[in-house]
Amino acid sequence: MQDSKTTNNEKSSKPLGSLQIPISGGREAFLLHLADNALLLAQRNSEWCGHGPVLEQDIAITNISLDLLGQARNFYHYAAQLTGDGATENTLAYLRSEREFKNCLLVEQPNGDWGQTILRQFLFSHYQYLLYGQLQYSNDEPVAAIAAKALKEVTYHVRWSSEWVIRLGDGTKESHERMLKAIDQLWTFTGELFVPVAYEKETIIGFDLPSLQQPWFEKVSAVLKEATLWSPNFGEAVFMQTGGKQGIHSEHLGYILAELQYLQRAYPGAEW
Amino acid sequence: MLTHDTAFLFQQKIDNEIKIEPKDPMPQAYRKTNIRQISQHAHSEIVGMLPEANWISRAPSLKRKAILLAKVQDEAGHGLYLYAAAETLGIHRDEMINDLHSGTAKYSSIFNYPTLTWADIGAIGWLVDGAAILNQVALCRTSYGPYARALVRICKEESFHQRQGFDALLVLSKGTLQQKEMCQDAINRWWWPSLMMFGPRDSESTNNDQSIKWKIKRKTNDELRQSFVNMAAEQVKVLGMTLPDAALKWNEESKQYNFGEINWEEFWNVVKGKGPCNKQRLEARKKAHEEGTWVREAAIAYAEKKRLFTDTFKKGALEIA
Ligand SMILES: [Fe+2]
Ligand SMILES: [Fe+2]
Repeated sequence: MQDSKTTNNEKSSKPLGSLQIPISGGREAFLLHLADNALLLAQRNSEWCGHGPVLEQDIAITNISLDLLGQARNFYHYAAQLTGDGATENTLAYLRSEREFKNCLLVEQPNGDWGQTILRQFLFSHYQYLLYGQLQYSNDEPVAAIAAKALKEVTYHVRWSSEWVIRLGDGTKESHERMLKAIDQLWTFTGELFVPVAYEKETIIGFDLPSLQQPWFEKVSAVLKEATLWSPNFGEAVFMQTGGKQGIHSEHLGYILAELQYLQRAYPGAEW
Repeated sequence: MLTHDTAFLFQQKIDNEIKIEPKDPMPQAYRKTNIRQISQHAHSEIVGMLPEANWISRAPSLKRKAILLAKVQDEAGHGLYLYAAAETLGIHRDEMINDLHSGTAKYSSIFNYPTLTWADIGAIGWLVDGAAILNQVALCRTSYGPYARALVRICKEESFHQRQGFDALLVLSKGTLQQKEMCQDAINRWWWPSLMMFGPRDSESTNNDQSIKWKIKRKTNDELRQSFVNMAAEQVKVLGMTLPDAALKWNEESKQYNFGEINWEEFWNVVKGKGPCNKQRLEARKKAHEEGTWVREAAIAYAEKKRLFTDTFKKGALEIA
């Protein structure tokens, strides 16, 4: 627990809440971004636990949720070390406010039906696969180690979600239509993944983020084609929602955090 | 129908501790009792996910969230092993699930109580998984082979759950005043329902005698309940908390704890579907199943297409050859 009034942090994070977590540089912000992405998607997927369409898949989505939660914890842990000043994985996850979260908009979108959850995972896992694929060679050793370990997990997420996209896209008329609707809902959040913000500059992350977009698009398109879901429109300029990475979120995030952070907020300083 | 001789041989096998396997001849009633018990156990694992899943999104730390997610996932795995074990007796999982949804099949009444605070998650791990372990350890030597083997795997995980639950309570018991109160309150609410998990008194249990003779059950309800009380009465001291039973007292003569009377009226009402969450739990299961229909249908349709495709492909390949 901490009540931080650090002075040495640059102005990369604005004092928005009463409890401001010091973000002293772009690298910590980038770590928080990685952690927030994984945590939010873990939190969303975990809503399925006990409610999945079939027992085996209830287990599978919970597994993915656990993998993502593990990734989030690793990144928070490292970010907390760099931040110092009493920060822990829990202060970072539980005591930052809506405007301080740096996850992309895609991962905070509601689960919707199983098709929408699958598609969200699919779009994100393909991105994460390429991202961790680069980060495993980072000269920041802890980041490289976390990414390399996570890459094995994400490889499975990519396979699992791609198989489901194909199964549902090319399954029944109903499942096909539901998948088209899911694409309509979520495609608009994919652009943000590849538009670098201040803490994603090449000098900080070690590679050029936009360079991932083309390989991502090719992988995703290939699966969507096999799923009979592809349309040439996907290649065209679609207006993309952005802002999450800079703390401008959808209305959903406030509710997610209200639940996620409830106990830490209600009983400040308690150990659990 | 088994002849008199085969019935005798069957009982002899049981008496000699030889496991009954799926293809072995067995009395119809033995098969039915096992189907009922194993599927009821499977349903309990699945419905049991709900009260605990209720706290996943609100778990108070990332570590607790990970532990809880993994625990609830384990319970899903238990359900899976058990449905598979029941299927070896010639019933399909769909049929069992239909019976659950129609109310024909039962599940453990304990899951019809609500999880109101975070401490309930600890209390469930400690008491509910604790009671389940006693039941299940006794069942690891049950006479039906596939059930016994499933239980061995399950028991390992359950004891892990119990330790984690106890640990969560231990942290609360050493925490702030509010946390201590939360801990005691959860114990108060979960204690009696946990005792009810062992079922009616031996004198009133309809299935006990035959089940014991067939070694489907190895210990009676009252025996198991007594071991549970003995265990919990000691462990609660480590927490510095109390069990909500004024009659709880060590009996030097019997070397057991005496304990008070269960509210049997409540017990039977919850069994009959009138517990605080019976409707809610069943509705949640049905909703998940119904909303998953299109997913299961799509998966089947896709698999079917692939099969046809492979068949035509093979045929084509043969023709070319
Ligand atoms: Fe279990
Ligand atoms: Fe358990």
